[in-house]
Amino acid sequence: MEKQATSNGLLNGFRVLDLTDDTGWLCGKVLGDLGADVIKIEPPGGDRARASGPFYQDAIDPEKSLHWFAFNANKRGITLSIETHRGKELFNQLVSGADCVIESFQPGYLDGLGLGYSSLRCLNPRIIVTSITPFGQSGPYRDYQGSDLAVMAMGGYTALCGEPGQRPVRISFPQACLMASVEAGAGTIIARYARGTIGCGQHVDVSMQESVLWYTFLAPQLWELDKVIPQRGGPCQQVSSRAFRRMYWRCRDGFVVFGILGGGFGSRYVAPLVKWMDEDGMAPDHLKAINWSTLDISKLSTEDLRRIEEPIARFFMQHSKEELVRGSMKRRLLLCALSTCQDVVEDSDLRDRRFWQEVPHNELGRNISYPGGFATLSGAACKISRRAPTIGEHNADIYAEIGLGSEDLSNLRQAGVV
Amino acid sequence: MQEMDTATQALDGVKVADFTWAIAGPITTQMLAFHGARVVKIESIMRPDGQRTWGPFRDNIPGINRTAAFTKYNANKYGITLNLNHPKAAGVVRKLIGWADVVAENFTPGTMANWGLSYEDLIRIKPDIVMISMSARGQTGPLAQLPGIGPNLAGMSGLAGLCGWPDNGPSFIYGAYTDFLVPHFAIVTLVAALDNRRTTGKGQYIDLSQLACAIQFNTPLLLDYAMNGRDMSLKGNKCDHAAPHQIYRCRGQDRWCAIAVFDDTQWRALCNVIGAPGWLEDPRFDTLPSRKRNEDELDRLVEAWTVKFAPEEIVPLLQAAGVPAGTAIVGQEFFDDPQLKHRAHFSWLDHPEIGQQSYESPGFRLSGTPGLYYSPAPCLGQHNEYVYTELLGMPDEEFCELLNEGVFQ
Repeated sequence: MEKQATSNGLLNGFRVLDLTDDTGWLCGKVLGDLGADVIKIEPPGGDRARASGPFYQDAIDPEKSLHWFAFNANKRGITLSIETHRGKELFNQLVSGADCVIESFQPGYLDGLGLGYSSLRCLNPRIIVTSITPFGQSGPYRDYQGSDLAVMAMGGYTALCGEPGQRPVRISFPQACLMASVEAGAGTIIARYARGTIGCGQHVDVSMQESVLWYTFLAPQLWELDKVIPQRGGPCQQVSSRAFRRMYWRCRDGFVVFGILGGGFGSRYVAPLVKWMDEDGMAPDHLKAINWSTLDISKLSTEDLRRIEEPIARFFMQHSKEELVRGSMKRRLLLCALSTCQDVVEDSDLRDRRFWQEVPHNELGRNISYPGGFATLSGAACKISRRAPTIGEHNADIYAEIGLGSEDLSNLRQAGVV
Repeated sequence: MQEMDTATQALDGVKVADFTWAIAGPITTQMLAFHGARVVKIESIMRPDGQRTWGPFRDNIPGINRTAAFTKYNANKYGITLNLNHPKAAGVVRKLIGWADVVAENFTPGTMANWGLSYEDLIRIKPDIVMISMSARGQTGPLAQLPGIGPNLAGMSGLAGLCGWPDNGPSFIYGAYTDFLVPHFAIVTLVAALDNRRTTGKGQYIDLSQLACAIQFNTPLLLDYAMNGRDMSLKGNKCDHAAPHQIYRCRGQDRWCAIAVFDDTQWRALCNVIGAPGWLEDPRFDTLPSRKRNEDELDRLVEAWTVKFAPEEIVPLLQAAGVPAGTAIVGQEFFDDPQLKHRAHFSWLDHPEIGQQSYESPGFRLSGTPGLYYSPAPCLGQHNEYVYTELLGMPDEEFCELLNEGVFQ
């Protein structure tokens, strides 16, 4: 079996030992997309988070988690109990030949095993250790329990979403771990670049809370400058202290995303909508009378905005998502579908660009279509080259590299090390 | 421009010609600058970065250099103005490309080519340039020309449809969601390409698709649809394998805390903190499945307790007992949060027009080359003279001549 996930990747030869659970899976996956040699190290029996769904054909099975598949593609997999004496020895041997360790244990856990950054750097000064935790490696919340719900709240995001005056609402699919994982990827590769200059690795300390904070956009600065706290607006977005504009609109078969704009953007992106509505006899006079290029929506009240939005809402309800998107493309409106999974999977542009990638899953007797690379490179690949590993799939290959034969492996298996 | 700290930073020596605007592009180049790269941001007086035109403005006084919407994403950068439509701009831009290791842009596809700045054009000037384009859907394909802004990309990717209550339809996914995840994909690829250039001598063109980046954040749900025919659904604050799992009202105006209980140990700990040992024997709540079945009743009971306290009174107690919990922070809490303070998430720089202004650190810290903000976001064209004459070595007479001809507008 070929060593690298991708043979012409920018990160070919960069070996990553991935100890993370679902908190950090995406980090190694992104590095793998660019050709890094990522080895997922699971405890014997498999990563606990393999128990999280959704599952292939809804079969609850650690080898059929679509959650696992999605974020562990492009990795090879071994099992190893790093809590056993022999397991530590083997891990240290692997670290000697690796460039990077990614981990998402509670702060101090690896130090307690003698496998923290301060120990690993003595073994291999070039090693980069990337730690992904809810709040970071030090500080008053270092030992706090994280969960997506708590971390999104403590990162300031949750308070910004929900219906006006009501309970804040989260994003239904955990995001904080993904936000932190891609920060971790960026930190790791910056540390790798630095290694080329300074000759040694470093510790990359990622905080999920801090990663979330960026998504609050200007909320901290709105407080800093104006002592304003953005208010939740349901499907609407606050545009001034007194007004909300609608962003999500019902149409015949779902929702579309569109917002009233004034000034240059208004004449460019909203005026053509009014013209389109007029062609269908659905633009009332008060809408046609608006001079979009001089309209300043921050001066409008919510009632003013409702008067503008009401006929638009009626127009959208006459059409399907597809009709609205097509019509908007022709007129270059800033409108798009609020996509369902079906819409994304069937998106004709992504299909035409051959975005989806068929990846063989021989153990399931079929291919599964995955989202492809996030970038196209002139002289390198960014893609999925292998499916996520089954439990211990590459034990023989990887342990052979450090001199273990099949007999050694079966001994280790009996001892519960692999 | 304040002097760069003399400590070694990760990207010392890297030079970036930054044509990006709005949010995702500027965050990318700001992160490079935070770690030591020299970034020259190119704007035009006729076409400044749109972020400069909306607030929040310092003291509510509008002005091209007065908004945090711009400063937040452009620290540590040199700011120059250049009218790329001027016939004499080509020679200037040639010097700039010759100086740079990286060219970054996030215009609608074709915009750079119209200025003679496509990758093919650039490699004629600098064969080993690393160029990154960050458009909505990549450079090719039937929808490539579609303008991309964060809320729309959140819509197209399916992420927007994940925020809200099951019976209401989606709530607005706050901000410009995708603009904050895209920069990390850009950084990983760009810095890997730079490293690759050090060993191979070869440059790279990176055609990043913001939509493709966003889709990495809901891939399991897309596979669920493709494999099982199940489309995503809004779950409010509920989680299939946890209960209670809710944002609870606390004492005070619009104050809330998150509590998430995944297993029986955490459940026992929660009951102890609340002082409700009776719940442990209550058959409605004794196992996770029974708590899930009676979740709404459970939420009412838990909230009857939380509402008596401010979040900062109960979150430390819950955490000390091992229950995942957190305050839904807003406003001043961003700046007072002990953990964010400990990590010095916010730092302040003195801007020539608006004084002290906050800047925010990335979510990661590097132990050896920590990075820092040392210079506030540039005023429009602030560093023209320095960049054109010092960095690019333009003779003073030429600089004055071009200035008078309006090339630097």
